[in-house]
Amino acid sequence: MPFIPHTEAETKTMLDAIGVDSIEQLFDEIPAELRINKLSNVPVAMSEMEIGRLMSDRAEQDAHLQCFIGAGSYEHHIPAAVWEITTRGEFYSAYTPYQAEASQGTLQLLYEYQTMMAEIMVMEVSNASLYDGGSALAEAVLMAVRSQRKKTAKRIIMPRAVNPNYRRTVRSIVSSQNIELIEVDYDKASGQIVIEDGCADNNDISALIIPQPNFFGVIEEVDALTNWAHKHNILVIGVVNPIAMQLLKAPGQWGESGADIVCGEGQPLGIPLSSGGPYFGFMCCKEKFVRQMPGRIIGRTVDVEGKQGFSLTLQAREQHIRRSKATSNICTNQGLMVTAATIHMSLLGADGLARVAAASHKNTLSLITAISKIDGVKVAFNNPCFHESVIQLARPASEVLDELIQYGILGGYDLSKDYPELGNAIVICATETKTDADIAAYSEAMHAVMHDLPIASNDQ
Amino acid sequence: MLIFEHSVDKRRNPSQSPRDMADISDLPQSCLRETAPKLPAVSEMQTVRHYTRLSQKNFSIDTQFYPLGSCTMKYNPRACNKYAMLPGLLRKHPLTPAKYNQGTLACLYELQEMLKDVTGMKEVSLSPMAGAQGEFAGVAMIRAYHDARNDDVRSEILVPDAAHGTNPATAVMCGYKAREIPTDKNGDVDLDALRAAVGPQTAGIMLTNPSTLGVFERKIAEIAKIIHEAGGLLYYDGANLNAILGKVRPGDMGFDVIHMNLHKTFSTPHGGGGPGAGPVGVSERLVPYLPVPMVTYDDKSYRIISEDDCPNTIGRLSAHMGNTGVLLRAYIYARLLGAEGMVRVADYATLNANYMMVRLKEKGFDMAYPERRATHEFILTLKKQAKELGVTAMDIAKRILDYGFHAPTTYFPLLVPECFLIEPTETESKYELDAFIEAMAEILQECHRDAEMVKAAPHTLPVRRLDDVRAARQLDLVWKKNA
Repeated sequence: MPFIPHTEAETKTMLDAIGVDSIEQLFDEIPAELRINKLSNVPVAMSEMEIGRLMSDRAEQDAHLQCFIGAGSYEHHIPAAVWEITTRGEFYSAYTPYQAEASQGTLQLLYEYQTMMAEIMVMEVSNASLYDGGSALAEAVLMAVRSQRKKTAKRIIMPRAVNPNYRRTVRSIVSSQNIELIEVDYDKASGQIVIEDGCADNNDISALIIPQPNFFGVIEEVDALTNWAHKHNILVIGVVNPIAMQLLKAPGQWGESGADIVCGEGQPLGIPLSSGGPYFGFMCCKEKFVRQMPGRIIGRTVDVEGKQGFSLTLQAREQHIRRSKATSNICTNQGLMVTAATIHMSLLGADGLARVAAASHKNTLSLITAISKIDGVKVAFNNPCFHESVIQLARPASEVLDELIQYGILGGYDLSKDYPELGNAIVICATETKTDADIAAYSEAMHAVMHDLPIASNDQ
Repeated sequence: MLIFEHSVDKRRNPSQSPRDMADISDLPQSCLRETAPKLPAVSEMQTVRHYTRLSQKNFSIDTQFYPLGSCTMKYNPRACNKYAMLPGLLRKHPLTPAKYNQGTLACLYELQEMLKDVTGMKEVSLSPMAGAQGEFAGVAMIRAYHDARNDDVRSEILVPDAAHGTNPATAVMCGYKAREIPTDKNGDVDLDALRAAVGPQTAGIMLTNPSTLGVFERKIAEIAKIIHEAGGLLYYDGANLNAILGKVRPGDMGFDVIHMNLHKTFSTPHGGGGPGAGPVGVSERLVPYLPVPMVTYDDKSYRIISEDDCPNTIGRLSAHMGNTGVLLRAYIYARLLGAEGMVRVADYATLNANYMMVRLKEKGFDMAYPERRATHEFILTLKKQAKELGVTAMDIAKRILDYGFHAPTTYFPLLVPECFLIEPTETESKYELDAFIEAMAEILQECHRDAEMVKAAPHTLPVRRLDDVRAARQLDLVWKKNA
């Protein structure tokens, strides 16, 4: 029996001890009319060898494509040691560390993770992670509203330059809380957020969301935006890429007093693309808001003998204590993903992560420089980008992307649904994983697609 | 020692990052950071050794019996991890067009179909990333259903007092008031109290069955009738699905919406607190509101269903398809079990729980509901020991750690004093159960012999009992050099 160790003799002994004749009798409290006898749509069992074969076949489908999509998920090199250690049974198969004495490994690791994230973001505190970047932003919005109880209304400025899937997620999660999400536009030339003077005149805005870089890859004027928000008693929520933060000014240093809450997608820190998950969301804040922060938080303390130890802390915020008055219904973090990220950050260090960031910037710049020389291809915005950029095409984006796949290239993400005003636009990304040859191949393929040339033969 | 204390300036791992530091002088100086973050500067071997050693300070299913009630700490088959982490699957970008990601989508679609069968629900969406997010999706759908009917007086979600804390927290996140319903002396919902509480303001009820008290809610059909007659809907918290897999289905019990915890019933790893997966299933009338994305199949290929296909969806709960890698592990597990294997899960989970309950009773422990069958878990109360010997459930839990077992869930459900919620799962052998039972009996003797020693437990772990008050009052959440 798969994963059930009982022998017939043991089962018999156990039934005798209980005083019943059969296992069936143990279900006698379930009303008979509700019982079913079998599952009709679950196939018969496979052996490990058979499922291994099936999964290998499925994994190999389309596995050759070279990925130039970013748009919130980024292909970066992950050192071999990261997942070797992360999938050790002691991390992989442990529960949430409620019994602190029996969970010091996970707890210390999470404390180290919190420290690393606070360092990168130059913020005072960090939680132990949330589900993903999109849901972390939704939680940041709720947290900002809780921290601004004196405001007469619950309004949040959520620029259109924020990842559209994050905006959708925020809307779904905060929809029942009477929060108004105000979408502000971007400048068509620079791709940067534009905030009209006067939109804060009623003093009823709780927070401004600032993406860095924004969904177009464009670097925002974070200092000016932060100062504007703080002048109007508006909290600043930074939603940032952790690789970009190795080089760009950290949220804690934005403007005169820094961002108040910082969140984002942790995937670039050692998590594979994996069709979108599991990833993890990170969240940091100024210490004065820590009691409004959702999710698990680890603290360092001492045991009865004065020895250093770690435990879940500030649990009075959480659902298992506060029930209906909790800061959130969140019960888990993404522990295993954070385990990988912590090991990843240790292995690369600040120097390694900065190299990854710089190489990703340089490769993207090389790619857009090369393809923008092609007739019918132009860079959409004139402001500096970090490691992705919006390209406008003289042909429908979906056709171009489809044809690029014939060359083995996932050429970017089509923006026409979310930003129709940009025309035939795609957002593209070349991380440090791309070689000069990969970039040249993309550029040649784009040239062929835009000029309707026959597909080059691969026989060489 | 912390990883930061191994750090020495300028130490690096050249093979882990690009050989050269690329020129970034094209970026304006004003947007750059002035100093690099102080991350550890350690060698690869130091990192590997540090985190391997940390891992060894954890209890885990792979190393210990872990009878944590309501958490279903069953064996996580290694095949599920290995085949969910094939490079071809890990390389797939979430925005890859569906026609170039058919392998992953095939697994997700088949998982949806199997979960429909297991739960008896009309449709399933896999996207919620944890049980709590599944709950949120479920109650948000209940809200969307009432809103669509312009039924706007419904303001309350009923929640039994034994419910998990996420239930009332979720109701509030969805804009409802949570109203508690008491439990009768046999562990069932108090029907008179329920009848008195329902009314035009009732949006629905959130129930776990088997309940968090470790017993099957026998009057479920009656409860469904009361709620439905009042115009409310029934929400099923699937935390305890392991007990009834292939035996009885929430859809047949009259539930309108359910979430499943794949990290419990379908054996995906808990990972030290996530990632989980909390798919939701619904009855016919809630289908239009399911969260997106979902996967559909049109005879030839698999396709992703998004907001455009479902105008009434409650929306998206994450940027993409939830915790896809966790869903793949659950898929592999389901295929390894097959239909027969799933039914056996409930059989042996229930056998193990009832066996432990009977044997612990023999050893002198009091059960919270001695007249009832255990489901896949049961509750033991240490009220007597606390009163007579001054030893609390927490003390005994800590002493259990010294014996090399993880402790059961303590102080939950809140309405049973000094309780242990014990869930052995089907993957433990009689030998492990007997060893735990003997340890419990021995600890009971220790409580009589030397209560002070038990109260000071644990004695053999990396740390002794921690000062949680200090942790909360003198907040130390990030490490600072020379602090």
